Amino acid sequence: MASMRDIKRRKGSIQSTQQITKAMKLVSTVKLQRAKSNAEKSKTYFHAMYDTVHSILRKSQNLEHRFLRSGESGKKGVIVITSNRGLAGGYNSNVVKLITQGELADEDLAIYAIGKKGRDALGKKYEIAADYSDYIEEPVYAEAMRMSSRILKDFEEGRISDIYIAYTGFKNTVSHIPTLLKLLPIIPGSEPDDLDEAGDEIEDNTLMNFEPEEDDALDLLIPKYITSLIYGCMIEAVAAENGARMQAMDSATSNAEEMIDKLTLMYNRARQSSITQELTEIIAGANAIS
Amino acid sequence: MVEFNTTEGEIGVLKGHIPLTVVIAPGIITITEESGTKEAALHAGFAEVLSDSVVIMAEIIEWPSEIDLERAQEARDRAEERLRSRTPETDVARAETALQRALARINVVK
Repeated sequence: MASMRDIKRRKGSIQSTQQITKAMKLVSTVKLQRAKSNAEKSKTYFHAMYDTVHSILRKSQNLEHRFLRSGESGKKGVIVITSNRGLAGGYNSNVVKLITQGELADEDLAIYAIGKKGRDALGKKYEIAADYSDYIEEPVYAEAMRMSSRILKDFEEGRISDIYIAYTGFKNTVSHIPTLLKLLPIIPGSEPDDLDEAGDEIEDNTLMNFEPEEDDALDLLIPKYITSLIYGCMIEAVAAENGARMQAMDSATSNAEEMIDKLTLMYNRARQSSITQELTEIIAGANAIS
Repeated sequence: MVEFNTTEGEIGVLKGHIPLTVVIAPGIITITEESGTKEAALHAGFAEVLSDSVVIMAEIIEWPSEIDLERAQEARDRAEERLRSRTPETDVARAETALQRALARINVVK
């Protein structure tokens, strides 16, 4: 049995770890509240954007546009949204796994990293085309705009053939879904599972008209679509990150609690047995003298 | 009825319109309903017009109550000034959009 001093030292160190995890849990709870209300506010717009662009494209036929077909390059671009800091349970590794073990695993990828954890984990295997890690701390629309124009430029100049985005969708405080979404080329009508159904009304056969001309309209419309999707994904990912961290810290705190209980029991037992031993020795000594 | 500015000019949409996709130009959007009219300053985005609905995907839109009139007037003066004292470095397109935005804000408050 370990000595009393060892047990005491161990208990002390676990107690201070527990204090840290408890504090981190409180911090991420507060951050989650803010991120959650942001995510809920922007969700409507984000979904409406997705539905509207897809409904426009569904109603148009024979569209020939550079954003609607894959480029020739063998490289695929993936925007990966993770966090800059760890201690968030499986949050970061789930997103990374989505890429290293998903359908894109064997492709030649160019990673546009938002978040240091994803950048470091994927940098060993794939090329990091750009790093926007600072943006995830406080997502701002203007930054999403800068990012999307850079990525679209790479797409137009043929450096990448497709654009995907990997992020963690925020469903509610306890359920977060790592999601891989295809941004470009847009395939009208494809509905990822976590987005609401487009509310398929009776499809009339009238074709969509464009003002200005199709090409010019899509030139303006699709960058806006990409920007708001990137922005929406970032907002959701931030909420999911704080939710994941809160959960991870919560379970760390309760694990620490459990270990402290166990160690307290061990400590008391060790103390009891040392007292018993001392007593036996004293009595034996007294008997020997008399 | 919904009225707003597009890159091709002003447009008014009534029920039963043919499907149409337009790109928005800065201006005032007026929504007329049975219960009354609502106005807002609409600056950028696009819209999908269908026979029974209009979806405006705005990048920036403000209700009159959200507009700081003084700031808009300052922005207008600044943009006008920049367009008047035009130098080769002046970003004319940017100054013009800034002016249009400021005018839309001022007009919608009045």
